[in-house]
Amino acid sequence: MTLLLVFELWQGSVLPRHKFGLAFFRTSTWDPVEEQFGAIPFIYGTLVTASVALLIAVPLGIGAAIFLAELAPPRISDTLEFFIDLLAAVPSVIYGILGVFIVVPLMRQYIDPALKSVLGFLPLFQGPAYGVGFLTAGIVLAIMVIPFIISVSREVLLSVPRDQREAALALGATRWESTWKVVVPFARSGILGSIFLALARALGETMAVAMVIGNDPKISASLFAPGYSIAAVIANELAEATSELHTQSLIELGLVLFLLTFILNGLARVLIVVTSQRGAGSATA
Amino acid sequence: MNSRLRWRKFVSGFMLTLTGVCAVVSVLALFLILGYLVVRGGASINWAFFTRLPAPVGEIGGGMANAIVGSGKLLLLATLFGVPIGFLGAIYLAEFSGHKMAFLVRYSADLLNGVPSIVIGVFAYTVAVLPFKQFSTLAGGFALGLMMIPITLRSTEDFLRSVPNNLREGAMALGASKWKMIATVIVPAAYRGILTAVLLAFARVAGETAPLIFTALGNTFWSPGWTQPTSSLPVTIYNYALSPYEDWHRQAWAGGLVLLVLILLINIIARGILARGISVSRS
Repeated sequence: MTLLLVFELWQGSVLPRHKFGLAFFRTSTWDPVEEQFGAIPFIYGTLVTASVALLIAVPLGIGAAIFLAELAPPRISDTLEFFIDLLAAVPSVIYGILGVFIVVPLMRQYIDPALKSVLGFLPLFQGPAYGVGFLTAGIVLAIMVIPFIISVSREVLLSVPRDQREAALALGATRWESTWKVVVPFARSGILGSIFLALARALGETMAVAMVIGNDPKISASLFAPGYSIAAVIANELAEATSELHTQSLIELGLVLFLLTFILNGLARVLIVVTSQRGAGSATA
Repeated sequence: MNSRLRWRKFVSGFMLTLTGVCAVVSVLALFLILGYLVVRGGASINWAFFTRLPAPVGEIGGGMANAIVGSGKLLLLATLFGVPIGFLGAIYLAEFSGHKMAFLVRYSADLLNGVPSIVIGVFAYTVAVLPFKQFSTLAGGFALGLMMIPITLRSTEDFLRSVPNNLREGAMALGASKWKMIATVIVPAAYRGILTAVLLAFARVAGETAPLIFTALGNTFWSPGWTQPTSSLPVTIYNYALSPYEDWHRQAWAGGLVLLVLILLINIIARGILARGISVSRS
């Protein structure tokens, strides 16, 4: 099934590959009317929003996971975990409407101006605040991937043997030191895995991003500027693409996205295997 | 207590509190989402929402009856297509296959699971829409079913594997054929788990929007195409939320509330079934 999928996407994008070749990945013009298609703005947008999302979600998610696994009594931990699992089940359109009606106005009125006045000297935080844009998309994505990070990380942290904690505490470490210097490194590989899982999800997330990113195929340094992501452009244009070339360019974008997540998944697996072996080695040594 | 120790204790307390704050913030998100949806959507849910067709632009009122029915049809198709394949695949994986084959199948299922839903949509578009030059409910169901396969397959396999080997050996010793053993012993023993898996897969695809937009006739433009019988709840919510009309926004909230309540209910039921199953098998 997976093979068939790759094959179809490859077949479906013959035309733009012949016409543009590698230039598809070098040009940044996306103009259906003139039949010029370049993928750069979308790849850029996808990567930027995913990075913003991870920057927010990783500390928050791992912090929460540490709390749930190390501090909270089992009953509270299980209850909260139940809610977090539910949070993971909330469909992305719902995040999308919340994003459009709540996060966007919030960003436009309060957060963007505040950021601009504090960090305005950085190119990242310049330009007019529309409310929609990379930053908003990143924040909505962060809210979406946090449950995944928490669930997986908590599971991994809980599986760290009790002895490890007790040994650290017995040596006079404070609770935080035992957590941060012993338990977390022990669970490193699993936590890394949860981050990659979150990254893959953030890259492929469509609806919520399409609703808040602004849908403007431009590359700009400012996080306030509206942009576009691969998934969003497919969602918006595939159904109404009229020319063969347009359709196939979008399908090729789908292929790019697939390969991106494919590589990330593979990388995550390798990393997990490597770190877990190293972890096992140092644990026995 | 020297100052160094005090500092360490302070850091410890501070960081641990911080992690607590992280946890609270994350869980608060769920209640914020639910709260906003109930407040904004609850106000516009009424009988008409479930029974009426959407009103023309500019007119107040109307409902999402067609979208709800459309979602139902799509999900039925998806379940009919995805669950049997996932289920039989899992039986094969857990009971019959050799190591190499199992690894291959499991790996590609995981891969398929990790594929963004929009890519699944593009795939369904090239397979089920382009050749026929027509958007259809069938294509939408196909896309959703495709997403259900890996989810059902992997979790069903896990549950089948957790059935103790004694049961298998017992059935074999009584002279049951392999097929008889699977059908009458193994699957019944794991049925709660399998039911949970199917329900969770169902809940997951029920909220999917991305693959439907261009398979089950997505109208991302503002033409009156949404009167088509193949509109679905998530896509309608999406279109309404991005529309410039106040009344549609209201309906989008209402639709969001209905969808979310449905999905959370299925999730809670599924977890309930699983929890009961575990306690029963332990006693």
